[in-house]
Amino acid sequence: MTSESGLMDGLKTVLRRDLRVSLRRRSDTFSTLIFFVMVVSLFPLGVGPEPQLLRTMAPGVLWVAAMLASMLSLPRLFADDHSDGTLEQMLLSTHSLAWLVLGKTLAHWIGSGLPLVLLSPVLALQFDLSASATGVLVLSLLLGTPILSLVGAMGAALTVGLRGASVLLSLLVLPLTIPVLIFGAGAVEAHNAGLGVTGHFSLLGALLIVTLMAAPWTAAAALRISME
Amino acid sequence: MLKLESVACTRGARRLFSGITHSLAPGELLRVQGPNGAGKTSLLRMLCGLLAPTEGCVLWRGEKLSAQRDTFGHDLVYLGHAAALKDELSPLENLLDACTLGGHPTDAAAALAALRSAGLRGHERTAARRLSQGQRRRSALARLALCQAAPLWVLDEPFNALDATATAWLSGLIEAHLQRAGMVVLTSHQEVALSAAQQQVLKL
Repeated sequence: MTSESGLMDGLKTVLRRDLRVSLRRRSDTFSTLIFFVMVVSLFPLGVGPEPQLLRTMAPGVLWVAAMLASMLSLPRLFADDHSDGTLEQMLLSTHSLAWLVLGKTLAHWIGSGLPLVLLSPVLALQFDLSASATGVLVLSLLLGTPILSLVGAMGAALTVGLRGASVLLSLLVLPLTIPVLIFGAGAVEAHNAGLGVTGHFSLLGALLIVTLMAAPWTAAAALRISME
Repeated sequence: MLKLESVACTRGARRLFSGITHSLAPGELLRVQGPNGAGKTSLLRMLCGLLAPTEGCVLWRGEKLSAQRDTFGHDLVYLGHAAALKDELSPLENLLDACTLGGHPTDAAAALAALRSAGLRGHERTAARRLSQGQRRRSALARLALCQAAPLWVLDEPFNALDATATAWLSGLIEAHLQRAGMVVLTSHQEVALSAAQQQVLKL
């Protein structure tokens, strides 16, 4: 199966399967969301109701919380498939493993990244962000969270089957996502300072494209090694 | 068709087996025997290309497995120790996905018929986590009824947790596959009467 439709078939099958699973087991998505809301809400309570300070902090806080929240469900990206045997079947599939990994990553983002993006405008209210700054924030998260899932997939593939994988995974993935944090939070800060945001968005977009090209193949190779 | 050339396996510091040379022709069944921990599952995973042999090589149609990863999957059905079912999904959804990923896509009607022949009538749309151990195994094995075009079946303890009816059903499937000039490699602790003429035993 080397034709384009064949590739898409595998991706679609895995995507549909994982979305079904996360729809029937919603606790993962909810715990990610609740964690995000909690962390973000703790900051205004902790630093006090100084509007100018909150406005300055908002992009960083929301971005760091989104990064930590998306780490929560990451260890299960391949661990569940590993324990129930479906990962072996994916490795033996006639479809390209990288495309199957891409399908899984996409499902992971829809289940844990996209809800964060959609919820962020509500949380931005707590920080008194202006409507336009909120728009920039949402857009930066929309570009940035898929990168977190893609880089996370590489880490999850490397640590699948290891004991204590979740801590190791965060230590492995978080440093790699620092550029996303800098340009994501930086876009909102630049907007607040009255500077243009195109540069930040272009860099985020470039990062997304590069990880989209590299991460599925790297993760697929890592999975084959981890499964030996 | 399937050939093992002085295959050895080392896991960690332990040598599980070495110097295994064997070949399997169409219509033949290979039963791998050995005590717990002898490396039966490791050998089966090598036959599928999931595990690279420490020494030696596995040949399929005269070529190394590592060189034909894209096409070999189409020739193979591997059912491992775990049933490869998603707990949240029904046997029907699991079966359709497994067949698509295995390169033998099928439609819902055929999948339903396969599940019913496996004795899962009335459970086709129950979440897999509500099924018993034997029903989960039947649901995984139903794939064999749909993937008859794949010449090589590698089955890890397929008779585990099956009752008498299901054992007879599975034996029938295996015998029919051998008569179609298919090949079957399996491990089994129980002595299951398979009336296949070409039966080989490999002791680890």
